[in-house]
Amino acid sequence: MTAAAIDTEREPEDIERTSYLRAGYSLRSWLLTTDHKRIAILYLISITFFFAIAAVAAALIRLELVTPEGDLLSHEGYNRAFSIHGIMMVWFFLIPSIPNTIGNFMIPLMIGARDLAFPRLNLLSWYIFMVAGLFALFVVLAGGVDTGWTFYTPLTTMYANGAVVATVLAVFISGFSTILTGLNFIVTIHKLRAPGMTWSRLPLFIWSHYAVSIIFVLATPVLAITLLLLAAERIFGIGVFDPSLGGDPLLFQHLFWFYSHPAVYIMVLPAMGVVSELVTSGAHKKIFGYWFVAYASIAIAVIAFLVWGHHMFVAGQSVLASTVFSFLSIAVAVPSAIKVYNWTATLYKGDIALDAPLLYAMGFIGLFVVGGLTGLMLAMLAIDVHVHDTYFVVAHFHYIMVGGSVAAFFGALHYWWPKMTGRLYNEVLGRIAALLMIIGFNLTFFPQFLLGYEGMPRRYHVYPPEFQVLHIFSTAGAGMLGVAYLMPMFYLLWSLRFGKRAPANPWGATGLEWTTSSPPPKHNFTEQPVVIREPYDYHLAHPRSRENG
Amino acid sequence: MAEQSRAEIQFHNIDRQREADRLGMLVFLASEIMLFGGVFLAAFSLRMLSPDEYVSASSHMKLWHGTANTAILLASSMLAALAVEMASSSNPKWAGRCLWSAVGLGIVFLGVKAHEYYLDYLDGKLPGAANAHFSSEFEQLFSNFYFTATGLHALHVTGGLALLSTAALRRSARHDCHAILIGNAALYWHLVDIVWIFLYPTIYLAGASA
Amino acid sequence: MAASAHADQVDLLIGTFGVLVALLTIPIFVLETVFAIRYRTSREADREHAPVGSNWLEFSWAGIPFVLIVGFFVWSTSIFFQIHRPPPEAMQINVVAKQWMWKFQHAQGAAEINELHVPVGQPVQLMMTSRDVIHSLFLPNFRIKQDLLPGRYTSLWFEAREPGSYDFRCAEFCGTDHSVMGGRLVVMQPEDFAAWLERHSEFGASATLAELGEKLFRDVGCSGCHGPASDVNAPQLAGIFGRPVGLSDGTTIIADEQYLHDSIMLPNKHIAAGYPPIMPTYGNVLEPEQVNALVAYIRFGAPVRKEPEFGAPLRKRREQ
Repeated sequence: MTAAAIDTEREPEDIERTSYLRAGYSLRSWLLTTDHKRIAILYLISITFFFAIAAVAAALIRLELVTPEGDLLSHEGYNRAFSIHGIMMVWFFLIPSIPNTIGNFMIPLMIGARDLAFPRLNLLSWYIFMVAGLFALFVVLAGGVDTGWTFYTPLTTMYANGAVVATVLAVFISGFSTILTGLNFIVTIHKLRAPGMTWSRLPLFIWSHYAVSIIFVLATPVLAITLLLLAAERIFGIGVFDPSLGGDPLLFQHLFWFYSHPAVYIMVLPAMGVVSELVTSGAHKKIFGYWFVAYASIAIAVIAFLVWGHHMFVAGQSVLASTVFSFLSIAVAVPSAIKVYNWTATLYKGDIALDAPLLYAMGFIGLFVVGGLTGLMLAMLAIDVHVHDTYFVVAHFHYIMVGGSVAAFFGALHYWWPKMTGRLYNEVLGRIAALLMIIGFNLTFFPQFLLGYEGMPRRYHVYPPEFQVLHIFSTAGAGMLGVAYLMPMFYLLWSLRFGKRAPANPWGATGLEWTTSSPPPKHNFTEQPVVIREPYDYHLAHPRSRENG
Repeated sequence: MAEQSRAEIQFHNIDRQREADRLGMLVFLASEIMLFGGVFLAAFSLRMLSPDEYVSASSHMKLWHGTANTAILLASSMLAALAVEMASSSNPKWAGRCLWSAVGLGIVFLGVKAHEYYLDYLDGKLPGAANAHFSSEFEQLFSNFYFTATGLHALHVTGGLALLSTAALRRSARHDCHAILIGNAALYWHLVDIVWIFLYPTIYLAGASA
Repeated sequence: MAASAHADQVDLLIGTFGVLVALLTIPIFVLETVFAIRYRTSREADREHAPVGSNWLEFSWAGIPFVLIVGFFVWSTSIFFQIHRPPPEAMQINVVAKQWMWKFQHAQGAAEINELHVPVGQPVQLMMTSRDVIHSLFLPNFRIKQDLLPGRYTSLWFEAREPGSYDFRCAEFCGTDHSVMGGRLVVMQPEDFAAWLERHSEFGASATLAELGEKLFRDVGCSGCHGPASDVNAPQLAGIFGRPVGLSDGTTIIADEQYLHDSIMLPNKHIAAGYPPIMPTYGNVLEPEQVNALVAYIRFGAPVRKEPEFGAPLRKRREQ
């Protein structure tokens, strides 16, 4: 792929000595690092912590819902549990997950650069994220809020109890981290590509991160102003959302969803980029329809801004507006569908190794298809009138965000683990965890489609007894999911100490990141890479050089 | 023309670094436009909801303060643009003078704003004030919105002044004939100015003929 | 259990769309599985000439589902339009939601809490607002819901085709007791409903909603300016409901429930042409239920009371 030396030829001790992990051992060398790889690790640790908190909240929710009565928590306690679950998962886990861990680590490597364009800005982004996280942690310790992650007015501005302003502040601050990350990625992809790395040779992971960065930069500021107005209303009673002063509570929803709909694409686009990499590598084959997949990412980012009103079909929005948003919501599904078909077609006549990363990717494809198509059901006006604000919606978005994005995140973590740590994980355990996740996920969330259709509203602490059986299935599935998520934590961490050392390219994959050692040296490459070949340029004659753990 | 000749390690050469610095600022400006976009959306929606009251409330704004501030900020922006010219044509002394003049006018802007707020305070118009006295609920809403919008803008003016001052203070910036830092500071300042150009008619001119 | 014709339509739509979802999903699952098995690395298989792209395939597999789904879009949108077109003979009932209960005001004077009685086979239109936060009235058996907003009217209509008792629930998170903010819709035969109304019209010690409104009209001082004997220049309200009103900015607005509500609570929002903006606001004085009564009075009450046009007869007017 390049003219640079393939680092499989270097001695293991030499690789380890120059690895970025060994460039300084002190806390200071980590906390003041400008190395994108170290910052990625910092993010990885932080988001795992926040994921744990949000997962505990989810466990409380699922445990409570085993019985129709509210025997575990009070009404207020339950409301705070699902609010903290949503807020933590969206802003402190999902949004940063792939971009700030895998993206931060891999983008410079994939384009043949030594770091991101603005390394100090990158570190600042992490610190801003941590400050935001501290505020969020304070909120959790102070008992949380009962507003839901959507903060609808006038509930949040005039009636909600709890640390609303602190919560809003936490989210507001986290937005700056996001904007700066997006800025960094855009400039990096434009200006730091290695010689020969034209746009047509970029890995699809880069295309999707470019698209997500557009959303980062353009959508997040709208969240900022929305939360600012919310806080001003709550503190000073300015009245912009208060009908008794001439304001409009619906204005909040328009502003909020103008950000939050693109936000869900923030949560899925990077995952799609990961899947493109995992599928091509796992099938050892060129992607089917490179340009269709690349432009589909951009199309998703653009159309994402035009569909926010589909969250407001029964909110008091005009019939005309709802019709337009319904139609546009069909349009936004088209590029996603194109990707799904292209990934599947990539498997055709491939040379497929069913390792954990590919299993996660295939899980993504199946679960995302269900999530996406149920999204289309929700885009149908008459259907949405019935299932809006029910468990049908909850199931739909968990299929995409958990069955989709979290699966892709785990797939990415496994796939690039050798590169990031220099160690191989146990592949048998990896496959088991992947399959357990897929099964557990379906058991948890498929019953929720039925619950929603049958009329179980969301955010309900207690419910009519006829819904109990489905809830029991759902909680059982959640237990399985928990195990599926815990397993990798153990065997991945175990591999850090006891895992076999990884070669530069354990998967036999194309991509510049695989031409440098595992782990990479501090400045990524020992020589400047020069790109002369097309992306995913797999030959069947190429030996599959993998070593199993 | 003394300038920073060594690119940072991640850049292939110094030209790429300059392009990256410029592109970074432009991307950041895009995010700021979206931020204020939300403010204008709120204003637009308020006007659509209560058109008569909006106009009436706007007519109670202190038109002279707003107009003076518009002129001040425009002049300040011009000076910032001149500073870029001066630096590009290797005139660091005048680049510095233009920058400081721009900063000076920016401070005058804030001063006029502070005076306007002070008069509002005397009128009992500050959000949450005890001696609030409005002729209608909507007028109170409009006044609160005005404080929020202009307050947010004033924060950005302050940030812009900090940027301009940093550029003015740094010898390397004044002597950079590619005017990277000065150019970026000026770009940000122009954005702050453009936001005001739209805020002014939205808040002050809507009721000017009433 | 589908309780109306509309519910049947929605079920058909969901069911058919579900079939489409299956038709689009199953091939992906099947192909993934088949490919993963057939092209597994340890297997010998024909991997020659593996395709890497096909424009006609791309446009087909994007275009054909898109067209199919647009077909569903048209169907779904037409049902949605029906949801927003209540029949003119619909019986109107006012709904006021507040944390955490539902109040229903029948025009004939009955008022209910957390329970709503309606006749079978009669279209019912709910005129809804909230006292505090946003709530949502969800009737699962009818496959409909609509949010209730403070300061605004939204509306929902349905026609029950079987007597029975159906749950309704709040479907917009509204605080602590959101999950227990529900009630029952009781659908009765018309005769039973009429009898029920007869028994319950004493609720609140008043007759019809419009008569309640007439009393309020005097009590809170509306008649001081809007009454026939007033010398204040204020619009006369006789027959104003449903008619266009010219506003001071040159535009025209229809005097519906929302306009009347705003004129009472936010009088300077729309100023009638030719009148000074001197009406005081009743925003801090009146509850939404009282506004509903005033609106009913203005609509049906002054100066000669009209019979409201729906099934049940008005109670005879009490002697003063």
